[in-house]
Amino acid sequence: MYTQGLLEAPPKAASAVEDSERMAHFQARIDAEEKIEPKDWMPEAYRQTLIRQISQHAHSEIVGMLPEGHWISRAPSLLRKSILIAKVQDEGGHGAYLYSAAETLGIARSELIEQLLSGRAKYSSIFNYPTPTWADVAAIGWLVDGAAIMNQVPLCRCSYGPYARAMVRVCKEESFHQRQGYHAMLSLARGTPAQQRMAQDALNRWWWPALMMFGPPDTASQHTALSVRWKIKRFTNDELRQKFVDFTVPQAQFLGLTVPDAQLHQDEDGHYQTGPLDWSEFNAVLKGNGPCNAERIAERREAHAAGAWVREAAIAHAAKRAARAVA
Amino acid sequence: MNAVTTPATARELTTYVLRLADTSLVLAQRLSAWIGHGPAIEEDLGCANISLDLLGQARLLYAYAGELEGAGRTEDDFAYLREECDFLNATMAELPNGDFGQTIVRQCLLDLWRLELFEQLTQSTDMRLAQIAAKAVKEIRYHGRYSSGWLVRLGDGTDESHQRVATALVMLWPYVAEWFAEDALEQALAERGVVPSVAAVQAGFEARLAPILRAATLTRPSNVDYRWFGKRAQHSEHLSHLLAELQSLHRAHPGAQW
Amino acid sequence: MRPSVPRVQSLKVYGAIAMTLPQDWALYEVFVRAKRGLDHKHVGSLHAADAAMAIEHARDLYTRRQEGVSLWVVKSADIVASAPEDAAAFFDPAEDKIYRHPTFYDIPKDVETL
Repeated sequence: MYTQGLLEAPPKAASAVEDSERMAHFQARIDAEEKIEPKDWMPEAYRQTLIRQISQHAHSEIVGMLPEGHWISRAPSLLRKSILIAKVQDEGGHGAYLYSAAETLGIARSELIEQLLSGRAKYSSIFNYPTPTWADVAAIGWLVDGAAIMNQVPLCRCSYGPYARAMVRVCKEESFHQRQGYHAMLSLARGTPAQQRMAQDALNRWWWPALMMFGPPDTASQHTALSVRWKIKRFTNDELRQKFVDFTVPQAQFLGLTVPDAQLHQDEDGHYQTGPLDWSEFNAVLKGNGPCNAERIAERREAHAAGAWVREAAIAHAAKRAARAVA
Repeated sequence: MNAVTTPATARELTTYVLRLADTSLVLAQRLSAWIGHGPAIEEDLGCANISLDLLGQARLLYAYAGELEGAGRTEDDFAYLREECDFLNATMAELPNGDFGQTIVRQCLLDLWRLELFEQLTQSTDMRLAQIAAKAVKEIRYHGRYSSGWLVRLGDGTDESHQRVATALVMLWPYVAEWFAEDALEQALAERGVVPSVAAVQAGFEARLAPILRAATLTRPSNVDYRWFGKRAQHSEHLSHLLAELQSLHRAHPGAQW
Repeated sequence: MRPSVPRVQSLKVYGAIAMTLPQDWALYEVFVRAKRGLDHKHVGSLHAADAAMAIEHARDLYTRRQEGVSLWVVKSADIVASAPEDAAAFFDPAEDKIYRHPTFYDIPKDVETL
């Protein structure tokens, strides 16, 4: 998932009027690893946290179609073109699954899309970085989808049933994304000097943003505790980030590429320790000052506006048919 | 049973297969531009599926063309290293997407024509072509269902949607002429049962189209004497732009593997 | 800024009759039969303006990897569901009727065909 660490203000505390008995029952159910289902009673803060997290995740999938999608027309072989179409299509599918899961919490998709297009809703900052070369498509698959899987697998056990079930489906498909990315990267790394340079350049640009996808350090993350207690989240940002680094560094070495971190080293436990992350950059992109923030939203707005007459026509046609069936 | 008996017939069949392949590729390229930009997420997925099918068809057909030609050209050689004047796709496939309505009209016309054509190609005396057609027919049947469903919704939707697709239909109709103007190559192949007669395909196309236009409350435009045909490499101005984009990265790295 | 509650808008679509149309396409629930011999299983939902579109969307959204051989779609609004607060009254009374289960009956080992 592409959303961790993006949740802004923690949800308002559950109102005091909420029945403490129901609350206890709810927490007991979660502690017993039972799922919460759509029509169950749930604290308002739980509902709001989930709506925000699931919709941010959905928005990230939809916006995430754009940076890679821009390379569909120029993919360098017919096979790579097919793979990329299938991959970007999956992202759209993931967005749709997740909007569906969010809708079970009592919010309409049109409302969620409105939140995205009006700029009120967040999506993963990673998609505000540009894809100037083909190697960026490979790097996104390898690093961004790789980081996403790290985040997503625990969500398959999330306490909210529809989200957990959507994530099972997403995760199954996501492993194809990471593998195709690494495969494309491998072709570049074993290719011509120009291709190798392209691959290294992409790693240089995506490495740090990928690490920041896991969200702020645990010391600065305000709402991890509640999310962990509710089993919306099962590992902390730093735990997942460390796991990602430990997995990814050897993969980079196999490619013969250099991780752009002079301070990177292996500690006595075998973990790779990175140099400090530049959180001021993360915050700047989050605030809307990344290289592509404005373009991404503008592109989504344009598509949505251009499709309005189509959506209306389909509804009008269905209404006409219904009227004719009655007549 | 294979229809290729002489070098001359192999050349003819190669050209014909390239016409089919180029149409699939060029249409896939156009349609894939909707991914991320459709009127609903579900439509992005629909257009992506059709693009993938078309790319798959193009790849099978290029592979066959390469075998027929016998010069060792691969699917990517055909797709990425030929010039605009070498492409033999039906002109309609290369025309811009326009709005979703224009895309749907273009898609529906091409789907109905190609559905009829490929259904008849399953009876080809050339086994390979018949096999490729049999696979493609299943795909195109779904494409036609998708595009004709949308054409009916838009034609019989709001005043605005009706106006948009009616305009697109008139704009695109001249490019239908190419499909039914039989040339010497098609005639020669048809005589040997390798490809269907153009007249038979036209009759099937018209029979499929009529009820859809009726349901969409659209009027079939009158035929236009348009005679610049993509199958003879006489293209619109749009194809060279499309190819420039499609081929740019591949051509920038000659010989590279991806 | 546009209002954020579910919106309706008026459109003249059918002769002189003005209709009120919802902004979103209808929500449909999707059920997939993974292979012959299995039940259709709920997999999620989607939006579509009509039933034909819903089936096509279900195909494109939920069976991209040959996940099914048959699809059902049903308007979410048409599903009648039991309420969670009724769960105790609905399902707990079955708890003590253990005699419904074959394992309740202890049959001598000599009876081999039962």
